[in-house]
Amino acid sequence: MAIAETSTLAISGTATDNLAGRLHPAAWLVILLLLAMPLIANSFVLIQIIGYAMILGMIALSLMFLGGYGGIVSLAQMTVAGFAGYLVAILGDSAIVQISLKWPWWAVVPIAVCVATLFGTIAGALSVRTEGIYTIMITLAIASAFYYFTLQNYTIFNGFSGFNSVKAPVFLGVDWRSNTPFYYLCLVCAALSYGAVLYVSRSPFGLALQGTRDNARRMAALGFNVTAHRIAAYTFASVIAALAGVLLVWFQAQISPGTAGVGPVVDILIIAVVGGINRPIGPFIGALVYVLLRTFSIDVLESVGLDGKRFQLLIGLGFLVIVLFSPDGLVGIFDKLRARYLRRRDARAADFQAGGTS
Amino acid sequence: MSLVSTADRLNAAGSANALELRGVSRLFGALAALSDVTLSVRPGERRGVLGSNGAGKTTLFNCITGDFPPSAGIIRFFGEDVTDFPPQERIRRGLRRTYQISSLFAGLSVLDNVYLACRGVSRNRFSLIRPGRTDALMASAESLVEAVHLGDVKDKLVGELAYGQQRQLEIALALSGAPRFILFDEPAAGLSPTERRDLVTILTSLPAHIGFIIIEHDMDVALRVVESVTMMHNGRIFKEGRPDEIESDPEVQELYLGGAQHHG
Repeated sequence: MAIAETSTLAISGTATDNLAGRLHPAAWLVILLLLAMPLIANSFVLIQIIGYAMILGMIALSLMFLGGYGGIVSLAQMTVAGFAGYLVAILGDSAIVQISLKWPWWAVVPIAVCVATLFGTIAGALSVRTEGIYTIMITLAIASAFYYFTLQNYTIFNGFSGFNSVKAPVFLGVDWRSNTPFYYLCLVCAALSYGAVLYVSRSPFGLALQGTRDNARRMAALGFNVTAHRIAAYTFASVIAALAGVLLVWFQAQISPGTAGVGPVVDILIIAVVGGINRPIGPFIGALVYVLLRTFSIDVLESVGLDGKRFQLLIGLGFLVIVLFSPDGLVGIFDKLRARYLRRRDARAADFQAGGTS
Repeated sequence: MSLVSTADRLNAAGSANALELRGVSRLFGALAALSDVTLSVRPGERRGVLGSNGAGKTTLFNCITGDFPPSAGIIRFFGEDVTDFPPQERIRRGLRRTYQISSLFAGLSVLDNVYLACRGVSRNRFSLIRPGRTDALMASAESLVEAVHLGDVKDKLVGELAYGQQRQLEIALALSGAPRFILFDEPAAGLSPTERRDLVTILTSLPAHIGFIIIEHDMDVALRVVESVTMMHNGRIFKEGRPDEIESDPEVQELYLGGAQHHG
């Protein structure tokens, strides 16, 4: 019994990730902690660490949906987020008054999300007939093209400098970029995205996507249109990435080509893989680790007399170690430890019983 | 219910053959895996396809399902020309197949595998709503899982199943929805004698309107479930006839049955 339970946990967890069902006490603790965070944490931890991690986590979640359930590794998800962020700056308000249209937020946000999702869908349609390394190359090409286009186009994207003073809206008497409201905004968006991915993974669409990952040819032989399913997966993932892009531009109050340059594009892949690309919680854990490393490794490195700019080296080494020892990322390491603990506990219980009867 | 609707469709199709191949060829480079195959199977007919390795049996199946389109020729399914249809369109018209090497979804549970097979030939393939406890398709998936004796392991991941169980699941996937015609590609390969008996029971107890073609090396299985046999050799049809005619044909014995005895 216990063996069956731990083995399903260790493999993909899709069967056990049941949000509506029983929640582990630790999960309740995390939920309470996240809800109470503004009372505990200072504004730096609240926004620069946890808020930022939730935004990056959402973008990595959109990659996890494609990669974990669809077997599609797309490097274009950061670009979708960046495009949504640009749209918010262009259609809404920024310091670049000759370009920004100053439309109200309730028009800007839906349009930005929809247009960026359309962009993500088209990127998907272009790359969906390829597999593995070729998907990575095509989506990387799309990401690079977007980067260079925004860098060189001044009439719409304002070239190298991009847009600054992009403000989050003020409505219902709340400034949504002030610390506590922005934290809860990020938390709600991240929780909704996480819940949606978890829910959809067990829906006909999500199951079929996992079917195309395991065996695309058989899916066609069961009556599914594999290409259409994969494109629809890009659409779903792009909604999440686009939403995160809107939060990202409000968080940074600016957007420029570097926001979705090749570096950040690869960072999203690292976040998803380090956290664990087979489970929806993985990207958030990966994002938190990434943000913590990024923020504090400079101090740590300088305190031991190394150049603080070498924090990327730490991230790279961590990436290497995790990929070498746990293909399922940090979540996979946790599962392995848990499985080992349960095995030991069962063994001890068996020993105890054997000792008791003899 | 599905019986009635299938019968209606059969009537609508008139007296057309379930499957009709005219001059079907398939080239792999210079190699002709199939050349000029002409074949017709009546609705409800059970046909065995025999032939040594490389005779073109599996290629024949791949052409019929559209996994590989034929290089030449016409394929009709219940009177409809499906030659240029993608696989999923043929499947939605009631064609099913099993694979020689189990072709399943290792990362999903047994029940989810069968559920996908049921969903593939129905509406709402893109639905984002989770199937509830009363979902009709989930119920039919459950009964199919029971029908192939996998009820005890329905929540297990397919990657963890024993070989024989995977073969049974392979058959369950082909029985989903309302099949009209099924292609079985060596369903008995690697099964134990008990599992073979179960397989024969499953095949002989299929509803009479469901025809099938079975590729099978095991004569005990093949000759007990079919009423006609097509013998293939080097990508061509070599002989057709009743099982006893084929079995006693000296040329066939020379080519195939004799060879099989050497191996066996």
